Amino acid sequence: MTAFNTMQELATYCKSWTYVLMGLSLVCTVGFWFFLHGRDESKDPFRNVKTRHK
Amino acid sequence: MSDHAATAKTGGGALFTPFNIIAGVIVLIGLGLTVMRFTGGLAAVTNLTDYNPWGIWIAFDLLCGVALAAGGYTTSAACYIFGLKRYHGAVRPAILTAFLGYSLVVFALHYDVGRPWRLPFPIFLQQGTTSILFEVGLCVFIYLTVLFVEFLPVALEWQGWPRLRNLLVKLTMALTILGVILSTMHQSSLGALFLIAPSKLHPLWYSAYLPLFFFVSSIFAGLSMVIFEGSLSHRWLHHKMDQGHLDASVQVVLGFAKAASLVMFGYLILKVFGLAMDNRWHYLLTGYGVWFLVEILGFVALPCYLYALGAREKNLTLIRRTSVLAVLGIVVNRFNICLVAFNWQLSAADRYFPSLGEIGVSVFVVTVGLIAFKFITTRMPVFHEHPDYPDHH
Repeated sequence: MTAFNTMQELATYCKSWTYVLMGLSLVCTVGFWFFLHGRDESKDPFRNVKTRHK
Repeated sequence: MSDHAATAKTGGGALFTPFNIIAGVIVLIGLGLTVMRFTGGLAAVTNLTDYNPWGIWIAFDLLCGVALAAGGYTTSAACYIFGLKRYHGAVRPAILTAFLGYSLVVFALHYDVGRPWRLPFPIFLQQGTTSILFEVGLCVFIYLTVLFVEFLPVALEWQGWPRLRNLLVKLTMALTILGVILSTMHQSSLGALFLIAPSKLHPLWYSAYLPLFFFVSSIFAGLSMVIFEGSLSHRWLHHKMDQGHLDASVQVVLGFAKAASLVMFGYLILKVFGLAMDNRWHYLLTGYGVWFLVEILGFVALPCYLYALGAREKNLTLIRRTSVLAVLGIVVNRFNICLVAFNWQLSAADRYFPSLGEIGVSVFVVTVGLIAFKFITTRMPVFHEHPDYPDHH
């Protein structure tokens, strides 16, 4: 377990890891989105969104 | 007149069915427990103490009841606000489930509070505007009224009151928006209730983001409950459904599974952020950590994947089975926060375990809900269109 001497150190440590995880989660979300919509009838997963805004 | 309309007034069917007999026995036991509770006080039927004033009547009847009744606002928002009219067939069953769910929450609350006759006091006499519990109470009070008005057209179609019914149907959009606002507020506030007890709730479950966790989890709880309730209704009330409802149900199951899967994925990410922001990683290696991982991996990540797989493969059976797991997951989460991880530092002797009386009252409350659901769906146009109002719901 990492030792922290000040609240500043703890906050920096926690936020740094959270930012790293946020980046990873964005990549994972794109992968999950394509897995979820991979077998849809249209090859374009954003088809419904585009149609609605035309 | 259609078959549905012909049986609508009476509901039809035999009296001594297995469901009626079992439900009748449970209701009789429940009435006995009710007499004990209101003549002997809380101590006569519960294991509640000053250490543990909230038991399964709060964890199950209230927290799970409210979360699982979220199908009302999610379905009506999808249909009326986001314009996904292909889910129209799911709106009435979802509104009915939500209305009964909230009614039973209030009903069960009468057993749990010391002086139930004072329940209206915070609304009408003494507004505790600095209390989160006041906000929850006010939202539930108004939202129950909104759900009642949203469901009223069904009863009015059944009883043949077209003018009032047509007037209320015109309010649908306003009621839907109000319902979404109120649900957003009180679903999250139920999580916020636990913010006051950082030293009592285990660090793995305690987070400044508890309101967010409660709100996001209520969305997939509601979606899962609509799928779960739909599959039960298809099995037991199939004869009450018209062809339009049966055709639309496939779209509902696939669409809701996809939505639930996405929301669960987001919830999973939020939970990881919660751990990272509070630096709780080391607790994962303890006994509570294992149980936390069971909750997150077994009851969130697994159903998330199975929903996605089911929606991808168009496998309705898999989705319907997954909905059971997802609903169970919500129950596990609310139980963990309210009971298992609460007062975790107390010795085993001081920990709470529900009495048979408490479990009996909870079973009684669920049974009353099932009886009401069956009574309404076998009489009113919930799963079929009323012949006088085609294409109106």
